[in-house]
Amino acid sequence: MNERVDSSAGTFSWPRENLLMGMTLREYLRSLVTPFNAVAGLILLAGLPVIVYRFAYGLGAVTNLSQVTPWGLWIGFDVLAGVALAAGGYVLASTVYLFGLKQYYPVLRPAILTGFLGYFLVVVGLLLDLGRPWRLPYPVVYSYGVTSVLFEVAWCVLLYFTVLSLEFSPTVFEWLRWKKARRRAAGITIGVVVLGVVLSTLHQSSLGALFLTAPTKLHPLWYSPFIPLYFFVSSIIAGLAMVIVETAVSHRIFHDQLSGGKHVDIDAITLGLGKAASVVLFSYFFIKLLGLADGGHWNLLNTPYGRWFLVELLGFVLFPCLVFAHAVRERDATLVRATAAVTVIGVVINRLNVSVIAFNWNVANPYIPSWMEVLTSVTIVTIGLITFRWIVNRMPVLREHPDYQGMH
Amino acid sequence: MRVNRRTFLKLAGAVGVTSLANAPSAVEAIGPRPDADEGLGMLVDTTLCRGCRGCEAACSESNGLPAPAMSGEDAVFEKERTTSPEAYCVVNRYPGADNGADPIFVKKQCMQCVEPGCASACPVKALEKTAQGPIIYNEDRCIGCRYCMVSCPFGIPRFEYAKALPYVRKCTFCVHRLKEGQAPACASACPSGALQFGKRKDLLEVAKTRVYQNPDQYVHRIYGEHEAGGTGVLYLSAVPFEQLGFPADLSTTPYSQLTQISLAAVPFILTLAPPFLLAIHAFGKAREDTAPTESDER
Repeated sequence: MNERVDSSAGTFSWPRENLLMGMTLREYLRSLVTPFNAVAGLILLAGLPVIVYRFAYGLGAVTNLSQVTPWGLWIGFDVLAGVALAAGGYVLASTVYLFGLKQYYPVLRPAILTGFLGYFLVVVGLLLDLGRPWRLPYPVVYSYGVTSVLFEVAWCVLLYFTVLSLEFSPTVFEWLRWKKARRRAAGITIGVVVLGVVLSTLHQSSLGALFLTAPTKLHPLWYSPFIPLYFFVSSIIAGLAMVIVETAVSHRIFHDQLSGGKHVDIDAITLGLGKAASVVLFSYFFIKLLGLADGGHWNLLNTPYGRWFLVELLGFVLFPCLVFAHAVRERDATLVRATAAVTVIGVVINRLNVSVIAFNWNVANPYIPSWMEVLTSVTIVTIGLITFRWIVNRMPVLREHPDYQGMH
Repeated sequence: MRVNRRTFLKLAGAVGVTSLANAPSAVEAIGPRPDADEGLGMLVDTTLCRGCRGCEAACSESNGLPAPAMSGEDAVFEKERTTSPEAYCVVNRYPGADNGADPIFVKKQCMQCVEPGCASACPVKALEKTAQGPIIYNEDRCIGCRYCMVSCPFGIPRFEYAKALPYVRKCTFCVHRLKEGQAPACASACPSGALQFGKRKDLLEVAKTRVYQNPDQYVHRIYGEHEAGGTGVLYLSAVPFEQLGFPADLSTTPYSQLTQISLAAVPFILTLAPPFLLAIHAFGKAREDTAPTESDER
């Protein structure tokens, strides 16, 4: 802290201020020795060689994927769940900029950062999973399979990643003190936000539509012509719940970031988001019931898969919906946070159910991910957490930049 | 920020460009292929197959694959086999109609669907349905996403998991031979007449005629006539197809149509959502602009 004051009083050093958080290199390196970093370092130490191994020897050497199960944990968790959990960006951007609910601005930037990093990690996960990852841009630049849902997803994800970069750019420009660029970036906000919402609507739902081509492989309780709608609506839920969880965690970990700025009533924001989550969860529960009635597979409910379906529907949709409503009524922000965590888990379970667990339900040897697949997914999440922390510690994400206080 | 004319034009431009880029998806997805019945196909009469596996050997040779495993050994039939990156067609043995009857041999390979799930699922047109019938593979385009494998109801596209630089592999109906005016290797090699190559339309008539003329020999169904919207390879059998390892739960909907509604919605969402969202924004903005006046009055 003293160092920071000294340096600002003496010669100003941008790298020291903005990259080393105001510390000298030696101090900075010493500050990196923490239990979190030790664990994260161990994970990377174990995970990165596995990634190298995967590229050297192919998917068969690392994964338990098979000719029957072409998509596993990396698609189910890294891509499908990843995209859903990164939905906070478009949900909060539309809340603040389109619906005009300015009181949620304090959680917008972290939500957009989560979205940006989330999609970045999704692309990383996808690169690991593709047989020929360097051809990832092919659907955009080389050969157009316009009849494919995946073609649409590729375009949307590329464009939305660009949108997220633009949405996050004012933060970076403030950090770099590029005032002109910051003004330009802020000037296109509404257009960018609208584009972001449209692209998100399209690809969140299309990720569900991918599974429409597997009517004989996905369990009838999960297979529904409404999957695209389910994926879209549950992405809103995931976005809201993730923002609640992430706000709670950030405000515990990055407490020092929040001192000095104007007071933000995090509990009020949390309760508001919880209320929204409760309403959307109820809509989601209802359309899931409609799908159940439409499919007419009531008899399957009393099977092992049926009971698992009910766990998802009652335990991770209806239950959090009711608890959110109760907690908001009682103004219990802590309960809202706990419920949000349950909801996040529920969305992950849903994506894994559709892509892995209830997929190939009628196949004799079910797919179970290898330890290397799990380790790789954990490594990707760890990279995300480290990057998130690196950015939050340096850029005006949780705090406001002194030059732009109250300017939004 | 106000939505001034410049912003609006920028936005309209962006939306226009993206909807143009996506528009063909809806257009191309709709409507049956005009050449559906003219396409080439193969009739597999399982009552004629003697299980010599000559087709397997010919297939491997023609496609530059390793010779079939356990060639000439009866033990190969003990386990039901599936196609693999090294074997595009396999013959399996199933028990006959009643105990003691001759076993039934069934050749399994790509069905060359009339409107294939794999090709419509491919984001880069690596798998392509040709007007002549075969579903071909352009390996220079394949990104290795394996969505074709998810979308094939017959479990045909195979991925080279063991390779660091993998491709998808499957029977292409010997398109290299068709180009030279030859029949697919399997059909040419078949000594028993179980495999007949020709136009799908003609083969359907042959198949129906066989069933009509020998109603006791065949189940009254041609597998592939309607399954998954119709397949290029058609099967005749003496026993229900479910007993021969065929997927029994396929609907008659072509797989390419399963995602059609979803894709058709894209241009509509692209064009209708932005004005709607901007209207919401303008509404909120107007309310916000009037708000301070109210507080001033108070």
